[in-house]
Amino acid sequence: MHKLLTDRPGEKMFLLGNEAIARGAIEAGVAFASTYPGTPSSEISANFFQISRESDLYFEYSTNEKVALEVAAAAANAGVRTMCIMKHVGVNVAADALMTLAYVGVRGGLVILTADDPYMFSSQNEQDNRYYGKLSGLPILEPSTGEEAREMMAYAFEISEKLQEPVLLRTTTRLNHSTSQVTLGPIRQPVTMGDFAKDPFNYVTVPAVSRNLHVKLLKNIEKAQSLAEKSPYNRIDGNGSWGIVCNGVSYNYVKDAVRDLGITEKVRIFRAGFSHPLPADRVKSFLSGCEKVLIVEEGEPFMEEAVKAMAQEAGFINLIAGKRPDLFSRLFEFDPAMVRRVMASFFSVDCPESRVSDLSDLPILPQRPPNLCAGCSHRAVFYAVNKATEGIANIRPTDIGCYTLGFLPPLSNGDFLICMGSSVGTGCGFSRTTDKKIISFIGDSTFFHSGIPGLINAVFNNHNITLVILDNHTTAMTGHQPHPGVDMAALSIEGFNRVSIESVVKGIGVDHVAVIRPYNVKKSIAAIKEAIDFKGVSVVIAQQSCTLFDKSLKRLTGKPFRVGDRCKNHRNCINELGCPAFYVEDDRVHINEALCTGCGVCAQVCPEHAIVPVKN
Amino acid sequence: MNITRLIIVAVGGQGNLLASKVLGEAACRQDIPVRMSEIHGMAQRGGVVESAMIFGDAHSTIISDGEADVLLGFEPLEALRALNKCNADTIVITSTSPLPPFTAAIGKGVYPDMAAIEAYIRPRVKSLITLDANALAVEAGNVLSVNMVLLGSLIGAGVLPLSDAAVREAIKDTTKAAFAEINLKAFDLGRAAVKG
Ligand code: SF4
Repeated sequence: MHKLLTDRPGEKMFLLGNEAIARGAIEAGVAFASTYPGTPSSEISANFFQISRESDLYFEYSTNEKVALEVAAAAANAGVRTMCIMKHVGVNVAADALMTLAYVGVRGGLVILTADDPYMFSSQNEQDNRYYGKLSGLPILEPSTGEEAREMMAYAFEISEKLQEPVLLRTTTRLNHSTSQVTLGPIRQPVTMGDFAKDPFNYVTVPAVSRNLHVKLLKNIEKAQSLAEKSPYNRIDGNGSWGIVCNGVSYNYVKDAVRDLGITEKVRIFRAGFSHPLPADRVKSFLSGCEKVLIVEEGEPFMEEAVKAMAQEAGFINLIAGKRPDLFSRLFEFDPAMVRRVMASFFSVDCPESRVSDLSDLPILPQRPPNLCAGCSHRAVFYAVNKATEGIANIRPTDIGCYTLGFLPPLSNGDFLICMGSSVGTGCGFSRTTDKKIISFIGDSTFFHSGIPGLINAVFNNHNITLVILDNHTTAMTGHQPHPGVDMAALSIEGFNRVSIESVVKGIGVDHVAVIRPYNVKKSIAAIKEAIDFKGVSVVIAQQSCTLFDKSLKRLTGKPFRVGDRCKNHRNCINELGCPAFYVEDDRVHINEALCTGCGVCAQVCPEHAIVPVKN
Repeated sequence: MNITRLIIVAVGGQGNLLASKVLGEAACRQDIPVRMSEIHGMAQRGGVVESAMIFGDAHSTIISDGEADVLLGFEPLEALRALNKCNADTIVITSTSPLPPFTAAIGKGVYPDMAAIEAYIRPRVKSLITLDANALAVEAGNVLSVNMVLLGSLIGAGVLPLSDAAVREAIKDTTKAAFAEINLKAFDLGRAAVKG
């Protein structure tokens, strides 16, 4: 049995934040869940996927976040408790659905999890999704610990059902990826089927209907505010006169700092767990006893703006500050020492000196950036594109996935990237405004996610662009989740169909389509050259399963290679491929046999044919 | 209760996430509050993987610069790189088996030799303990048991509030049964290596 299905209330488990969230949803009787994978939220879905195979939970990987939210919106409007999981930028994709779903509302509880990523550990931006609560008018809950996240899930479903509105549960990477002890609660039996009673004048959002629904939404925000006034997740610790308002993981840093600075008696802390809409009455009465107030929140001054507005209404004139050059930054994530230092300076108390030793005499250390795996087929494709474009001025928009790493030298494939699917649309723009050849890269999962509309656009508007689809039969970057092009039967998972990328591309009307096997270097270069020479839209589909996934499924068949005596030390292998299996010792190139997967690409690249299979 | 802050740095694929899981489970067995956080987004793509573990009554799950009580390096260059987490009272334990990053292979930077690494670390911390974790893992019967060797070194050095028995139990529970014997042997070798 999956460990998160353990039905022994009171038992303690050491769980990742994302596991605690999944467990909380199970305890709350979640019956339906949908997602598009995205770090730092992916482990919630990975657990749901497993759980769905041994319980009544319905779970799906949808093609993108917008579809995931639409699927979820219907499930919740059939009365079933539903969760929809995505990373912060995923909400941008789903935003069109979100904004009007807030008007329509739900009948069964719907919790939308948005996992924000301050510092951008694995994201293209660090947007603060609390503003989506404000923009859509939906309530936001923010846990501070894994245990609290578990507990909050049931509460989130309750208020969603009370308000008949989706609820946003907002986490940050440090909560998703922190592990701590969690005490299991009882599991509520899920209700897996509901019904939908037709009521078009409340569900079909033509203007006349939406005008009424917006009125309803505004009333709901008021109701949400009164729930926030009573919420146990908005709590006040201490009764000193130095006010601190904080949320999420910042609360943990504040607690540690209060202890380290010895100011427990002096402070009073408002921890906002129900952070939108903020409970105005409670905030005002909190303020009334404060000499000055520090707002401790990562990201944007979301609570700061709200608290200042409330202070104005209450006639509170003492200092309220948060984001300020000498206090907190809107950039990156906080850490305990930084919060302690700012608190000490704001409240004028002594702070222990930083104990970092002077490291100024340290030499510059070689960096260790992540690199495409040894044997990754993306490397072979990028090499082939480099060869096929020699002497041709070009621009290479790239997209989001492992292959983004190809922008680093020595492969240097990737010139422009803004969001999922953008390689195709931006390629269209560059093709019209420069006289360079456009070669765009997109992964298989990203192609399904949001590459298809861009490709249709390219065909319709007749842009001159070559799209290389890196099809490795999985969503590799986020942990090898399936997507519509994956052969699920080959993974022994029944009940799925498979969508062929080639048929989609041909169906769109692309006139030049080539399928390549990237480990065959010569043929790949030739096919890419031909596609580049084609005027108009051409597509190259590079098919080779992800090496790391194959390794984990124990289906790697290649035998390792070694560098033989014929090596003349040209180092084309290292300098042009950059496979991490190479290393240099005593000024000679070697291959780490434990890393080599036997893809054989370097053997085709070496001009001396010096790279040969290891003899058994 | 005293708070002990431990940073573990490794290269993706070295198994440090499993090691920290074992320590977490061991702490739970002894009813010692424990929190940890890790950045493992691109762990399997050969990047640096860092875990922070905090034993005792703290709320934070991360460790600020200069605030680690113990630094465990699975790889000497990464131990050196993490020196910003240390202070004059930090105990550093590191494996001496280098895994040069790819950048060094393509001539972007030079991998410092072990003597230089030690010379940088030693004067800035309370003590530096080194062991050849790879050799001990091989001796235990599996080069992949480096993580267990290094767990052993933490316990042998007595730098964590965890008992030998609790960690051994956690190893048995957390790692694959087929490897339990080798893992425990690796753990013992690591423990003995720093005790001696
Ligand atoms: S996980 Fe797969 S796709 Fe990603 S770098 Fe490794 S082999 Fe390539």
